[in-house]
Amino acid sequence: MQVPAPFEYQRATSIDHAIGLLERLGSSSRLVAGGHSLLPMMKLRLANLEYLIDINDLHEELGYITIEPSQIRVGAMARHRELLESDGLAEAFPIFRDAERVIADPVVRNRGTIGGSLSQADPSEDLSAVCTTLGASCVIRGSSGERVVAMEDFNRGPYETAVGDGEMLVEIRIPIRPNGSSAYEKVERRAGDWAVVSAGAAVWMDGEVISDARVGLAAVGPNTTGIPAISEALRGRAPSEELYDKAGAIAAESCQPVSDMRGSVEYKRHLASELTRRALRRSVARIHHEEV
Amino acid sequence: MQVSMTVNGDEVTREIEGRLLLVHFLRDHLGLTGTHWGCDTSNCRTCVVWMDGEPVKSCTVLAAMAGGHEIRTVEDLEQDSVLDPVQQGFIQCHGLQCGFCTPGMMMTARALLDRSPDPSEHEIREAISGQICRCTGYATIVRSIQWAAAHEAAAGAEAEVPDAVVTAGSAS
Repeated sequence: MQVPAPFEYQRATSIDHAIGLLERLGSSSRLVAGGHSLLPMMKLRLANLEYLIDINDLHEELGYITIEPSQIRVGAMARHRELLESDGLAEAFPIFRDAERVIADPVVRNRGTIGGSLSQADPSEDLSAVCTTLGASCVIRGSSGERVVAMEDFNRGPYETAVGDGEMLVEIRIPIRPNGSSAYEKVERRAGDWAVVSAGAAVWMDGEVISDARVGLAAVGPNTTGIPAISEALRGRAPSEELYDKAGAIAAESCQPVSDMRGSVEYKRHLASELTRRALRRSVARIHHEEV
Repeated sequence: MQVSMTVNGDEVTREIEGRLLLVHFLRDHLGLTGTHWGCDTSNCRTCVVWMDGEPVKSCTVLAAMAGGHEIRTVEDLEQDSVLDPVQQGFIQCHGLQCGFCTPGMMMTARALLDRSPDPSEHEIREAISGQICRCTGYATIVRSIQWAAAHEAAAGAEAEVPDAVVTAGSAS
């Protein structure tokens, strides 16, 4: 029977209350949102803590998806299902709906949150790859105020983030740029599983040429990684199959997969290449409204 | 610590440990053993119950986290001695063999039909995609849910004649 070690349960009623509890209770305290990563880790005694601070009552305060002209702001407590069902989010960034459709299953998506997903910082986590792909930034709040951290700096290593003691992730900001689209491709062993490999792409066009492009990969390195070399290779070029092949080759070379029960290094490099090509192709097709 | 919640319409209050999982609260503290405790590792979803109308894994929610919320378990599907159409469907279409996954399957199916009364096969398969059945190969479960959807639609068309559902079940 798997049961967490004993801890004291606290329930936060506001962001300030949660931060106050984190400060007072120190590093042996942990926030829980959906709990679908943390509770299994507590049951396995991989996560041991003295105080668990439940922030589910902050959903009203932090469950928003706000679409502004230049950015979309997503509250850390927005649940997977809300992200999946948001038409505004899907219109600006179709990559979100692509990814949410294949994150776990509907029962998990009812509980899991974007803030929890990013804070878990699992190298295979799909929303981290999405946010890396889109050049998102994370708003971290503590008692002395807020700081904004780019996704590249938010991820410090597997299961490690820039969020310090007494701080919490409160918002994710995604910049909106014109003439762009995005897509997400994932290969999994069975419905709802973690990725064998996933690739996200975002492309922006200026007339016939790519003005900027970003690719993010999940499950092939210590963190979900953006690949700057692909952006450099695509900028200023017209989209073509040859260009996608080149980007795929860079993805395969740049990633750092390990062989495990989900596949060999060779297979994962192959997927990194193929899924990068598919995600770029689909992003460009969406810009041209050609998606079938 | 003390926790209070609504379970199947009844307000319950118990003294619990903070680490108690909702599945054990329901089974061991309230005696509602219809909710099954399965894999223990958040993988099988036989423990699915509703929290505020949405299916959740009761092995991955603390009883304390359910405090102040409304929980509905498989025991609440039958109303006034009338089985829910989903239960009838599982009987009619052989939606179970050993029955271990059935409580979670039925709670997920009920939630699906409440949201989407006429789901496609794809929608049904997606809704139960996280649930593990080791007996049926899922085909009969999908058919059971389709049976429930069809009979609810027929009952709705006949306006206030829920007996249609009861009669259909008595054939087994």
